[in-house]
Amino acid sequence: MDKIIGKVFITGDNIDTDQIIPAQYLNLVPTIPEEYKKLGSYALCGLPDEYKTRYVAEGKMETDYAIVIGGRNFGCGSSREHAPVSLGASGCKTVIANSFARIFFRNCIATGEVYPVETSEELNKSLKTGDEVEISFENMTLKELKTGKIHQLKNLGDVKSVIEAGGIFNYARKNKMI
Amino acid sequence: MGMTITEKILAKASGKPHCSPGDNIWVSADILMTHDVCGPGTIGVFQREFGKTAKVWNKEGVVIIPDHYIFTADEKCHRNVDALRAFVKEQGLPFFYDPGTPSYAGVCHVALPENGHCRPGEVLFGTDSHTCTHGALGEFATGIGNTDAGFVMGTGKLLIKVPASMKFEFNGKLPKFVTAKDIILRVIGDIGVDGATYCAMEFSGQTISDLDIEERMTICNMAIEAGGKNGIIAADEKTVKYVKERSSKPFTCFSSDEDAKYLSVRKYDASKLEPVVAMPFSPDNVKTARSMKTFKLDRSYIGSCTGGKIIDFIMAAEMLYGKKVKIPTFIVPATVTVEKALKTEKVNGKSLLQIFEEAGCEKPAPPSCAACLGGPIDTYGRSNTNEICISTTNRNFPGRMGSKDSQTILASPYTAAASAVTGYITDPRDI
Ligand code: SF4
Repeated sequence: MDKIIGKVFITGDNIDTDQIIPAQYLNLVPTIPEEYKKLGSYALCGLPDEYKTRYVAEGKMETDYAIVIGGRNFGCGSSREHAPVSLGASGCKTVIANSFARIFFRNCIATGEVYPVETSEELNKSLKTGDEVEISFENMTLKELKTGKIHQLKNLGDVKSVIEAGGIFNYARKNKMI
Repeated sequence: MGMTITEKILAKASGKPHCSPGDNIWVSADILMTHDVCGPGTIGVFQREFGKTAKVWNKEGVVIIPDHYIFTADEKCHRNVDALRAFVKEQGLPFFYDPGTPSYAGVCHVALPENGHCRPGEVLFGTDSHTCTHGALGEFATGIGNTDAGFVMGTGKLLIKVPASMKFEFNGKLPKFVTAKDIILRVIGDIGVDGATYCAMEFSGQTISDLDIEERMTICNMAIEAGGKNGIIAADEKTVKYVKERSSKPFTCFSSDEDAKYLSVRKYDASKLEPVVAMPFSPDNVKTARSMKTFKLDRSYIGSCTGGKIIDFIMAAEMLYGKKVKIPTFIVPATVTVEKALKTEKVNGKSLLQIFEEAGCEKPAPPSCAACLGGPIDTYGRSNTNEICISTTNRNFPGRMGSKDSQTILASPYTAAASAVTGYITDPRDI
């Protein structure tokens, strides 16, 4: 993937996996196709009621927001892969945050469901839910479409090779590990 | 240059003489643990990638412990356990703790060491973030997702980044009623929920050596609440004794070199620690129990991998002996072994069970994760509305114990029991 154009959904600091996918839906198995889709419909439904907009609208299976913007420590808490999977299944392409919790970050890469991208700017304060942006993975930039303003994102670092291979299995095959 | 315990274990597991923080290395796993929530997905990934007829890398290395959604009418939950049963049968796996049979064990993180699956110097991966618990036995243990677990299942290996180590040294005698839970909550309060992201948290010092294995498990269990990759405590005679009573496999005890490099070192005087609580909605929102004493509660919950071990119930029973609870108080032993101990362990001549009964606690639930993570609507002890619950569990994020409107306050078993007696957050020293 080189580019994403879409709307952003803004969240705060410490978005934990219970908010991304509440535990009552963990009976759904991500590798079963219908349940994968179902997980998507529940993505971020554990956010408190202060969030006026739902990430996935009531009755819908997919989100209107391809880009989630977070603050610090996005994805903290449990190791449930259901979290990045629910985001990916809902149509989220990337999460951009100031920092990520380790297991969530790792699960994003291992599954290839969403790109976890770090930024040093507080984009979750300067942007609003619904703003349209263009993200370039080639230049690692986020452009606000209304104003044309460009923000630099951090490079993917040493996980880039795994992301580019398309997840841990493809990476291992490419390197003759399996 | 010297190495920390974590670096030594990872170097050995990757067949190298040395490794440093930041290195990406392939390590061999000794044990892969999975449960009913992530097991079916892990198996799905394994079969998708290695083929329907593929065999796991090592039968003895895979341990399957259903524990999360066991006592529920939810059909999907039952289906998931059935999927595990079918896989275990097809693969001929020797270590399966099957619900509804005498082999059922209870919560994975307490059941694994109890059943001899944890040994110093080994590498243990689990599809659960609290897998870091087992660092208490001097091994490298960390939580992974289904895809990584599917990979380990097929290859016995995983590519990981060597974490930098942070050292937390405790010396001095813990005051009465101050516990391992207060130690780890203090640390998380000090460094924050992302204070140890990507790092190994190494706990050392005389105070830690003085703790029993179960108390050490409480500390390492919550390393993940500070973002840690693993928690670890060097194995000593207590560890060796505990492990040898449960496992006959040989193992190696590692300790950190004098000149090992740490990202940071924090030293604590344990004699100055106090009973603390973590207020909603973050484990780092830590206050002294005393400063919160006007905070009214609706219920108290004693259970989970963090706070539902034998020692936790002994502490709760010491506090509840001869007293009455003012709010509904839920008792959930983590494992079948703990459940049995409720009958056999005594405080002042009375069994723990009898003490809880006389204090007016709810009838104990069968061992499982129960309401620690909310779960299906019919889960025992689940907060279904706006309850405020003081709990010996490890997380208090919004909705963690059920409804989004509920609140969870994290505390030690002493504090949770003392608060049950008054109906307010209560420092156990004030009872
Ligand atoms: S008891 Fe709670 S924290 Fe422990 S494994 Fe079960 S759900 Fe997770």
